[in-house]
Amino acid sequence: MIAFLKRYEGIWLFAHSPTAIIAGIVALAILIGAVFAPWIALVNPYDLSSFSLFDGLLPPVWQEGANPKFLLGTDDQGRDMISSILYGARLSLVIGIAALTIAAVLGVGLGLAAGYYGGRFDAIVMRIADVQLALPAILTALLIDGIARGILPAAIQQDLRVAVLTLAIALSLWVNFARTARASSFVQMNKEYVQAAIMMGQRPSRVMFVHILPNILGPLLVITTVDLASAILLEATLSFLGIGLPADSPSLGTLIRIGMQFLLSGEWWILWIPTLFLVVLVVSINILGDFLRDVFNPRLR
Amino acid sequence: MAYFILKRLIQSVFVMLAVAFLAFSLFRFVGDPITQMTGVETSVQDQERLREELGLNDPFVTQFVRFTGDMLQGDFGFSYRTRQPVAEMIATRIPATLELGVVALLISLIVGIPAGIYTALRPRGIATQAILMATLVGVSIPTFVIGIMLIFIFGVQLGWLPTFGRGGTVQIGGWESSLFTVDGWRALLLPAITLGVYQLTLTMRLVRAEMMEVMRSDYIRFGMARGVPIRRLHYRHALANTMVPVITIIGLQFGGVIAFSIVTESVFQWPGMGLLFLESIRFVDIPVMGVYLVVIAFFFVLVNLIVDLLYVAIDPRLRVQDVQ
Repeated sequence: MIAFLKRYEGIWLFAHSPTAIIAGIVALAILIGAVFAPWIALVNPYDLSSFSLFDGLLPPVWQEGANPKFLLGTDDQGRDMISSILYGARLSLVIGIAALTIAAVLGVGLGLAAGYYGGRFDAIVMRIADVQLALPAILTALLIDGIARGILPAAIQQDLRVAVLTLAIALSLWVNFARTARASSFVQMNKEYVQAAIMMGQRPSRVMFVHILPNILGPLLVITTVDLASAILLEATLSFLGIGLPADSPSLGTLIRIGMQFLLSGEWWILWIPTLFLVVLVVSINILGDFLRDVFNPRLR
Repeated sequence: MAYFILKRLIQSVFVMLAVAFLAFSLFRFVGDPITQMTGVETSVQDQERLREELGLNDPFVTQFVRFTGDMLQGDFGFSYRTRQPVAEMIATRIPATLELGVVALLISLIVGIPAGIYTALRPRGIATQAILMATLVGVSIPTFVIGIMLIFIFGVQLGWLPTFGRGGTVQIGGWESSLFTVDGWRALLLPAITLGVYQLTLTMRLVRAEMMEVMRSDYIRFGMARGVPIRRLHYRHALANTMVPVITIIGLQFGGVIAFSIVTESVFQWPGMGLLFLESIRFVDIPVMGVYLVVIAFFFVLVNLIVDLLYVAIDPRLRVQDVQ
């Protein structure tokens, strides 16, 4: 009942927060655009036969010399900017969500176990988390990427770029989940329903995942939203540095890196449209995260 | 007091040993050092002889002890890529990164602390809402995009400031500094702001949260009820207690500054350690990667040690505990 009321209150607050509504709509629109990119986009940026060099460097429609077919213009290869961005966002979101899922499973699993067993296991997990926390995420991701370059044979490296990138991001973001899950489950461990479940002789895994987990979903949801923004930023940064994805399968970060070559020329749209898109995406996710934090922490209201 | 410092020192030594172990494992297990050092034409016998000479057949622990010993004596090995001593390569890059990081950190503190205090004391003001919205956007804009925007506005459009490199530098006893020439400061400004913006938002949010927490506490309420002047309450009583956690965070932020300087240095082609690290990742230059880690960890440990000591100096409760 309390959970229901809380949910209801959340919806009520959402309906009365214009910023949260706008952020939600923007994020949802980008998600839909990214998921349905192959059906919406004019050209397929990975398929050389779907675009033509003759359409290269066309400006957006409101500028002179534009082709109305390409609403936001084209890049030097003749790729439609909207199509590149939709496909780029698709790749960024796939990597971000996959990395986040791995981080959440790993982090929540370890955090719950640390909260449940306590003692030495808890101490070990939290020490590792401390070390990880002292290392900024971007450094961890770069390091994992460097190690992967050293270990993997050159032949399969290109094919595994996405997997390596996802893993690198996941391993730099699990700590938040682990710490939140641990702290919240410590609180739950002292409650009678958990004690009763343990008394009844239920398996630890059942107590952790069936009893405790549903009751700590709130704070975890906040972390998920905030970390999704971090994951997307991290991927964009790594791709921008040229460590992430190669130029033939561009994510948003790669598009910005390519656009940098046009910084000094008049073709501003090749750089600034993907950049604006990335910022709008991350800002709206962060606004939603902030909103959720306020909902789950009434003291701040 | 002495016990506290000693405990911290011992912890620091263990952290450094752990990082050294990580660097050693990188060097030993990521790729084969011998194949990296020799060419295709080297015979198998020569390779084996080299392996024996370098002691790579010795037990693991012996190798690690020797590795650590060499490091303590300033011998950091040779780069796979340039064949130069790594110690030299890193040493010439340290001043650039440190100057950039320190100036960025100063920017974040000088702007972030007053902004945090203001927004905490006037939570419902219009300026506060504007600042909070701006920090949310600031957190969401990736560092590299801030760099590109600054380059575009001040470098390309207005043409006021240089967009790459360190500008004029002065040699002071082996330390190549850009802090003593106008040209150097002009080159430093854009990268330092780029690096400082993200830290600034963190500082501001933290100061704001701490200050609001303190303002809610009983002794401030009591002060208000007793009629202590509000300015005195704000800037004497509340601020003093806000600053304690802020100092700890500065220590943690230092790590962030160093890490994000990799990105900033890449955008501005700033010849610091970050750029070197990035190149070494691209070319799988393991010795440079390992030593970079050790050097970063050393600075990190050092700064946090100083912060801990400051903590004791500032917070009398820690000293009292010690006496008991």
